[in-house]
Amino acid sequence: MKIVLLMLSFWSVSAWAVIDGHKYPFDDVENAARFEQLSEDLRCPKCQNQNLADSNSPVAADLRDKVYELMQEGQSDTEIVDYLVARYGDFVRYKPPFRFDTFLLWAGPAILFVFGLLLIVGLRRQQKQPTAELTADEQAQLAAIKAKLKTETELQKDTRA
Amino acid sequence: MNRILLFIPLVIFALMGITFWVGLGIEDKTSLPSPLIDHPFPAFELGIVEDGRTLTTADLQGKPALVNVWATWCPTCKAEHSFLNELAAEGVRIVGINYKDDVTKARDWLAAYGNPYEYNLSDPDGKLGLELGVYGAPETFLVDANGIIRAKHIGDLNAEVWQKLKPQFDAMSGVEQ
Repeated sequence: MKIVLLMLSFWSVSAWAVIDGHKYPFDDVENAARFEQLSEDLRCPKCQNQNLADSNSPVAADLRDKVYELMQEGQSDTEIVDYLVARYGDFVRYKPPFRFDTFLLWAGPAILFVFGLLLIVGLRRQQKQPTAELTADEQAQLAAIKAKLKTETELQKDTRA
Repeated sequence: MNRILLFIPLVIFALMGITFWVGLGIEDKTSLPSPLIDHPFPAFELGIVEDGRTLTTADLQGKPALVNVWATWCPTCKAEHSFLNELAAEGVRIVGINYKDDVTKARDWLAAYGNPYEYNLSDPDGKLGLELGVYGAPETFLVDANGIIRAKHIGDLNAEVWQKLKPQFDAMSGVEQ
């Protein structure tokens, strides 16, 4: 019995994309998976941050139907995405194209990273710079201070003892 | 050198501040730019709400028009309707697309609130709407005499919005005359 149930569950997954109450039947697993992937990669234009698979809005349902229709016509993923972009704009793609006006979007993080790296390296280098040698006068002063400290601590020890 | 480096966080903060300030200032983030601007109005062959006659893209051309996407289930469409009536009275050509709606309901609506439209294309399943990238009614397109989409407004058309669109519409009408 368990095995039959298990097999049944595989059968249902293989034939339908698990979107909108298994509304869309497919001939094979690959296409069902393709449809699920497309519905997840395309953004519902009415909603600020929901994909076509997630959204309950009527326009998302219409677009899901359209994606299904175009798939049945044998269009490729790129063709389907292009079709929707031509009507709804780049907003429907979660992955915006690399263009002049999206340059900062794509390269921004890398640029900031490199900038930060350079900044850290620069700061480190400055910290490591050796301080200037002491002049003879300063060395003499230093020796005097050290000697004075030494005698003072010795004196303190003596008084305690 | 070190002193100057200390100012870097301040500079970054200022840049981010400006970016976010500009971002906040953008009027309406829900209105998306249409890729259809300067493209021909999509081809259609649809019955009209008034008497079921079938019209095509050719019927739209010849004179500039406002193409207004509306539906009886859309509250904002009702809000903008009286302004559309005013525009029609001024002689602005308005063509309606009755989007994902019922023809009987649409007729009742037009009888009750007035009909500013030259005609209303009936688009019950939203096919033309999808071609136009419609994602929420009301939406209004400025279409020139050659049937090219020149501008799009998302949301209700009111006096304030019309002030911005009118110069463009007048220019389109001027070229045509």
